[in-house]
Amino acid sequence: MKSVLVYCEVENKKVAEISQELVSAGKRLAQKLGAPLEAMVFGANLNEVAAQIAPFGVDKIHVADDLRLEPYTTLPHAALAADVIKREEPQIVLFGATSIGRDLAPRLASELSCGLTADCTILDIGDHYVSKEKKEYKELLYAIRPAFGGSIMANIINWDMHPQMATVREGVMKKEVFDAKYTTEIVSLEANKILNDKDFVVKILERHIEESDVNLKEAPIIVAGGYGVGSKENFDYLYQLSDLLGGEVGGSRAAVDAGFIDHERQIGQTGVTVRPKLYIAAGISGAVQHTAGMQDASLIISINNDPEAPMNKLADYVINGDISDVVPKMIKFYKKNAK
Amino acid sequence: MRALKIIVLAKQVPDTRHVGNDAMKPDGTVNRGKLPTIFNPDDLHALELALNIKDRVAGSTVTVLTMGPKRAADIIRESYYRGADKGVMISDRRFGGADTLATSYTLAKGIEKLAPFDLILGGRQAIDGDTAQVGPQSAEKLQIPQVTYVEEIISISDDEIVAKRRLEKGIETVSSPFPCLMTVHESSPVCRSRQAKRLMQYKYARTQTELKSKSTEDYIKELHVSRPYLTIPEWGVEDIGAEMEKIGLSGSPTKVKSVESIVLTADESKVLSDSDVDIEMMIKELIENHTIG
Repeated sequence: MKSVLVYCEVENKKVAEISQELVSAGKRLAQKLGAPLEAMVFGANLNEVAAQIAPFGVDKIHVADDLRLEPYTTLPHAALAADVIKREEPQIVLFGATSIGRDLAPRLASELSCGLTADCTILDIGDHYVSKEKKEYKELLYAIRPAFGGSIMANIINWDMHPQMATVREGVMKKEVFDAKYTTEIVSLEANKILNDKDFVVKILERHIEESDVNLKEAPIIVAGGYGVGSKENFDYLYQLSDLLGGEVGGSRAAVDAGFIDHERQIGQTGVTVRPKLYIAAGISGAVQHTAGMQDASLIISINNDPEAPMNKLADYVINGDISDVVPKMIKFYKKNAK
Repeated sequence: MRALKIIVLAKQVPDTRHVGNDAMKPDGTVNRGKLPTIFNPDDLHALELALNIKDRVAGSTVTVLTMGPKRAADIIRESYYRGADKGVMISDRRFGGADTLATSYTLAKGIEKLAPFDLILGGRQAIDGDTAQVGPQSAEKLQIPQVTYVEEIISISDDEIVAKRRLEKGIETVSSPFPCLMTVHESSPVCRSRQAKRLMQYKYARTQTELKSKSTEDYIKELHVSRPYLTIPEWGVEDIGAEMEKIGLSGSPTKVKSVESIVLTADESKVLSDSDVDIEMMIKELIENHTIG
């Protein structure tokens, strides 16, 4: 059957944000194809999970509910996903480009000998003419991703080794409820019959997961600093401005590497992708790896003492000057003018 | 404790972190010739982790396996300088155009030729693709467990290895039996430097192809006769017994339909100075159009 299948991550009975984004994106693809949308969820105590994802327009949910499936380990999840894919033969399978999705999807792609495109930021449906075969392939997945350090966008297709699989970056697909009362079919997998002891040889001994209170993805305003901020102390100005504006502070990879700011606040190709209303880039030169993660901001201010910084080309406002000078002035004049 | 046989997967990559203006051709394709090549950064972390295990478990050996064009022999020499025991190259034009599936198949065939082994280590991802797929795919091809994003080896016993994994939102400590494949996260220790003694010892290490080259001087060729360890093995399709339909372009399901270079848009930016007047004007505009406030 021609369908779109989404692997959903779940932890503590809650479907991950990325998976909600993915079923939304999956629904849009399924509608273009006129095909059903399916999801697979593997974990423990999943009674409430179907209700969380059905409203995104999921027609069928494959559930494996077993205490051994949470937290995630590679082999049992790969075996279950392979079971669903071999049975359902979906055309497209999507995963989050998360530490789970990027661990699972390639293992699975190897087992199924199919194509997998990593870290997509755009998904679409389109045709492709293969001149060697003199044949037009209809309604293929266009898996579009930044490549080569973000300097190009590549459209990756796969017409002959099904399914077409992709991992998708967090925060790039819009979450969209399709129908709050959507009815879905639930298919229970018998994990015991599919899995054997060999699937559980890797054991989790200890786990520390911190629910971060940094929420860059949702922040309407982001004040981000780069290497040009110069020091951890200068970052304090950015925190002050961000607090005042009700935003979050982010950083470029160079700022993270320099120890100015925590890794969890990294924006860019290897960090978080953001699309705030306002992005203030302080001392960020604007390497493509960084701009790939913020170029969709509605309004960009670049503060830099290098007038040639590539970031300035993206910016709506360019301020030539030093962070330690400009940012305190922004604070001062905001306080003065805000009602 | 028994000695471990470790294989490190390493890749030579274009230095995409320092992309210059001439890195892109006018038609939007990448001008690979203009980019300097480097040892993939995550793979250097993997090499360090391997050397660290070798330090801890007496008698262990580290073999570096790289796949790439002829010039990728630099990866093997660099690994020797830093402490690897052996290096092998997989190089054959017919491997060209491989996506991650065909690459992992090829690497797995090379690894099988190096068997038996206990541990395969590779960087989490290569900077020219950032896919992080080749590690897990190779593990699947070899039918061994995988442990991704490893930051530290906590302990090693005769039958299992315990590692700390770095996840987006925290850390996880896992145990895996041998043999297994681990991908190494960039938060692990950086690789030790070259050692002067090893540099002297291995600077004339050459692949068979390099030895045949006219530009290789005779005294180097003679040196390889008396010191055969300097000759870097170079394996082609037949050497590893790879099936033609599983390698190169024909073994690669994913194809690039089109590429588009990203041009930073130059919508009229307002260029301001750091004067009070300019900054207050901007703040007022932002408040008026409800961007802030």
